[in-house]
Amino acid sequence: MAERYGAPVGGDRPSRGQAVIHPSPSQWFEVAAAARADGFDQLIDLTAVDYLTYGADRGLPEGVQPERFEVVASLMSHERRERLRMRVQVPADDPSIPTLFDLWPGAENLEREAYDMFGIVFEGHPDPSRILMPEDWSGHPLRKDYDSGGIPVQFKAASNVR
Amino acid sequence: MSTTDIAPTGAERVSRREPSAVLRMSEAEAAEIGGDPDDPGDDELVLLNMGPSHPSTHGVLRLMLELSGETVLRSKPVIGYLHTGMEKTGENLTYLQGGTNVTRMDYASPLFNELAFSLATEQLLGIEVPERATWIRMLMCELNRAASHLLFLATGGMELGAVSMMIYGWREREEVLRFFEKVSGLRMNHNYIRPGGVAADLPADWRSDVAELIELIEPRLDEYDTLLTGQPIWRERLQGVGIISAAEAVALGATGPLLRGAGMAWDLRRDEPYLFYDQVDFDVIVGIHGDCYDRYAIRLNEIRESLRIVAQIIDAMPSGDYRTQDKKVTPPPRARIDESMEALIHHFKIFTEGFKVPAGEVYAAVESPRGELGVYMVSDGSSVPYRLHVRAPSFVNLQTLPHLMQNGLIADGIAIIGSVDPIMGDVDR
Repeated sequence: MAERYGAPVGGDRPSRGQAVIHPSPSQWFEVAAAARADGFDQLIDLTAVDYLTYGADRGLPEGVQPERFEVVASLMSHERRERLRMRVQVPADDPSIPTLFDLWPGAENLEREAYDMFGIVFEGHPDPSRILMPEDWSGHPLRKDYDSGGIPVQFKAASNVR
Repeated sequence: MSTTDIAPTGAERVSRREPSAVLRMSEAEAAEIGGDPDDPGDDELVLLNMGPSHPSTHGVLRLMLELSGETVLRSKPVIGYLHTGMEKTGENLTYLQGGTNVTRMDYASPLFNELAFSLATEQLLGIEVPERATWIRMLMCELNRAASHLLFLATGGMELGAVSMMIYGWREREEVLRFFEKVSGLRMNHNYIRPGGVAADLPADWRSDVAELIELIEPRLDEYDTLLTGQPIWRERLQGVGIISAAEAVALGATGPLLRGAGMAWDLRRDEPYLFYDQVDFDVIVGIHGDCYDRYAIRLNEIRESLRIVAQIIDAMPSGDYRTQDKKVTPPPRARIDESMEALIHHFKIFTEGFKVPAGEVYAAVESPRGELGVYMVSDGSSVPYRLHVRAPSFVNLQTLPHLMQNGLIADGIAIIGSVDPIMGDVDR
């Protein structure tokens, strides 16, 4: 099986030929550090996906255990003009992985957004707080079991609704 | 509670990291320790809230500032005031409807949102777009870049007291938007670039319209040079203010003029060519000092480069289709609907159910006026995206703000916010 930085390389078909690797949660920081040392100097993007209701084949390489959440980080090497995507499986019962802040400080807001929207905890993050939703909000809106339109708003309950 | 408490408690809070420019403090904590800022002692630190409705914070950006006198020590952008869950909304709209959603994110350069969204969808579909459609996309995007940078000059000028620049910038931008209206029917939020091509062909006399636009804007850019570039007050306000090095910018994820201003020649149009950018001639504008002035100069000169590209597109535009003839994504022509029952059904299906996109995940990026605008899309084989994530350049670039503002004056902060040019619709989505 093909590996890169010790992590299985994803199939070409589901990712349309883009370079993808699948580190395990315990490998996450090491693999990222290896990629960082290998010239991936910028963390372009970090987000998450909730695969709770995903019906299709996820196309994960052999040996990667599918979990409910997936954190996806896009890396860029300016020198080689190369991109690399890291996808890590994060279980629903303990949704936490180490932060990438120490490798790329630019992870700070992106990880805060992933926490806010999906409830994924980034261990060691310097400011683990919500970023887009109000501080006292409960729930994580981009989870698939968080219904849209379920938020109580003032005018819905008003008595003079026509 | 006295405001002198801020320094130790704040320092404690970030003690795990080195002394930082970022004020990592929640609103609740800030409210608790924020004392009376009216009469602080000489050596006291003051917590000050700026925004979200401060006229020069570009919409609804709010900043928490830790001040010593008028000097900003640490700060934190507080965002989310425009958050309407557009990524969630995107999970409920078909790929055909999705354009109307993403176009409202970065409302100053809507065509780039549509382009990134369409490119991602097309990669998942595995379809080719006709050449003419690609050239039309480039034409519209470069004009949009010019319009967006003109808006930057207008608002940036206004914030620093160059009010005439506001009028001029808006005047020229309006001419570009008038052309957009002629092409797409709308000044902004066009939903013009769609998966498979563009919504409509260019009007018959587009060449003369665009040539007129270039003729109009180019000499006016020289007027801006006279008005701003060489003007002592403008230079005093911008030069040496808000400095960032290339290494810092890369580490913080910054892209676009912010990164190029720091001296790093990185432009996706050149370094990772998409559309037909490898077939046109243009320069990547790069700064030296990484200050506000460099970022201003880069944007001004990028308008010139965009017009240069546009002039080449006038000559290069081929004839042909403006959208793919792949029946899967393109509805049949209107005339066919009157003749054929199947065409009517097909039309109805595409607009009600939408077209299905094979399962998979892709990331597509374009160089928007603010930096790398990316769309990460996961499809489960249905006609709506399973997950639609937008890598918003303004959102990531905003992280540099505390670093740019550290140890500067509040008044310089205004110049710095302007030079980062965040669009809050893009930040909050």
